[in-house]
Amino acid sequence: MALVAPLPETAPSAADTTAASRAGRWLRYAGTPAALLLVLGALALYVGGQDLDRIEERSLNAEYLLSRFTQHLALTAVVVVLILAVAIPLGVLLTRPGARRYAGGVLAVANVGQATPTLGLIVLFAVAFVSWGVHTIAVVAILVYGILPVLRNTMVGLDQVDRAVIESARGMGLTRRQVLWAVELPLAVPVMLAGIRTALVITVGTVALATFIGAGGLGDVISNGIASYRDLVLLSGSVLVAVLALAVDWVAGIVEDVLRPRGV
Amino acid sequence: MPSAAAADHPMIRLERLTKRYPGQDAAAVDELTLDVPRGEIVCLVGPSGCGKTTTMKLINRLIEPTSGRIYLDGEDVTEADPDQLRRTIGYAIQQTGLFPHRTVAENIATVPRLLGWDKARTTARVEELLDLVGLDPDTYRGRYPKQLSGGQQQRIGVARALAGDPAVMLMDEPFGAIDPLTREALQNEFLRIQSEIKKTIVFVTHDIDEAVKMGDRIAIFAGDGRVVQYDTPEKVLSEPVDDFVADFIGSGAFVKRLTLTRIGDIDPAADWPVVTASDDAEARLSVLAAAESGFAVVLDAERRPTGWLAASLNRGDDRLLGTGLPLLGPAGPDHTLFDALNGMLANSTDVAVVVDDDGRYRGTLTLAAIQTLIHAAPARTGAAGPGGGTAGRTPSEREVR
Repeated sequence: MALVAPLPETAPSAADTTAASRAGRWLRYAGTPAALLLVLGALALYVGGQDLDRIEERSLNAEYLLSRFTQHLALTAVVVVLILAVAIPLGVLLTRPGARRYAGGVLAVANVGQATPTLGLIVLFAVAFVSWGVHTIAVVAILVYGILPVLRNTMVGLDQVDRAVIESARGMGLTRRQVLWAVELPLAVPVMLAGIRTALVITVGTVALATFIGAGGLGDVISNGIASYRDLVLLSGSVLVAVLALAVDWVAGIVEDVLRPRGV
Repeated sequence: MPSAAAADHPMIRLERLTKRYPGQDAAAVDELTLDVPRGEIVCLVGPSGCGKTTTMKLINRLIEPTSGRIYLDGEDVTEADPDQLRRTIGYAIQQTGLFPHRTVAENIATVPRLLGWDKARTTARVEELLDLVGLDPDTYRGRYPKQLSGGQQQRIGVARALAGDPAVMLMDEPFGAIDPLTREALQNEFLRIQSEIKKTIVFVTHDIDEAVKMGDRIAIFAGDGRVVQYDTPEKVLSEPVDDFVADFIGSGAFVKRLTLTRIGDIDPAADWPVVTASDDAEARLSVLAAAESGFAVVLDAERRPTGWLAASLNRGDDRLLGTGLPLLGPAGPDHTLFDALNGMLANSTDVAVVVDDDGRYRGTLTLAAIQTLIHAAPARTGAAGPGGGTAGRTPSEREVR
């Protein structure tokens, strides 16, 4: 039977990840660590070339720096894991039909959390909850500060999923739970990851403030420098925190690229 | 599951179905009672906000009715588990709603997976459907929706809706957001597919022309959630029940009726004698002399028309020989009266040569014959496709059935 022939339609080609763009991507990935290593190397050379007095030596030795660096990373990791554990479920919950009306209120609270100066919050908590111990206090105060970007991006990410996609999923018989896991969350991942990356970088920076209640971290190096009027120590501490923040951002950027769903 | 008593009840029955939204005085759908016969396309058509989409979503319970009953294949599904129910009803929408993060194959496999089909069966079904909608499986199965054109996405949307082999399909303006050329092609393709799969389809559109083309029946919604006329396209066009329907059809109801009749379903006049390529001028002249119409058709060895002859041609005229006077595009079975008339007007002629599927000569169709056909009850082709008989297909008989 004579049929109407399908019209020739132009469509973008399937292969848009060419070898050239892949090479460009790896070059881009390699740039940041190279620059950071260069900065660290320059710092090491500069510090190594100085005559360190005993006060400077107390801060600027490998063992001390490594212990502060490990503390810093551990605090950051605990805070970020807790942020994810709180903000993502909360963001999912607040975009469900029943709970959506509370979204404004919760976002307002999270906004206050971020608007409050972290240093003030840390000190306030330290005074109010002496019995908690410095590490718990540091974690909670910094956590409050980092929740907003993850919460907000989770909500925005879920809200920007095309309603037609969700409707067609429901129309085909996916349950609400299946729609959330199979459609909404995967499609929200890029926006959520951007929020998580922001929270990570913020957290690395704010963990430096934990030193003020004696919770350790690379902030110790900075505050040693300030307290002892040793600019070299202050500079080294600052550079280390900055390099760590940029390195974390770099790792998060790669994770973002890897986890972004194909086809989106 | 078609039972022995399949013919006794409609595939879909809506009974006094009402949807009222809180805080609104007027019902979105008001006490709607509608039967959709098995294997037919019913178009819900009406202005924006008339309740046609709401009605469609009530059927698969994306919207829960305020009151009334919904029967599917004789079974009351008003209280059935909506998720289970929806897996047995195909669903395609204008925006396609394809999952952007899933490949074409994964998209189509959505419902088979929900139904727990094994991998081999699902894969085979995906291939089958890609073939059905005219997309090469090897080329397209691994693509993502954004790598497809709008028309291709819409085809995948239809394939995905068909994947679980549902008896009932709901389609909400599936070809609404497509350019007119592709849209026309998709409509024709879909009618061709429907002639193979014979699903019961509820098709929502705001376009009366699309409704006339696609629908075996049309339900016209007024602005207040009521159906004012539920009839065959022929009836709607020839006998609108009130001014609202007449206005909605707009001008040109008769021209629209031209699109309802396919050439394959009419009996063309056989008043032109035929000559074959091998006949010489003398034989041709004697045939022409005997022809009442004064014309004859030249056929090749396969009985395909290659040209025509007129009695006015003089003896010795070269055009009496060979293939004769050039023939302008013959009308095939898939063409409508509209196409034939359009061709005649374009070529300033008042007759078209009619051929069958294989291009063999069937007869002629004149302007006068079109006039007669359009005033008589037009034969409806719908999904039956060309080649089917015309007996018993007048609207009045369909009504009785």
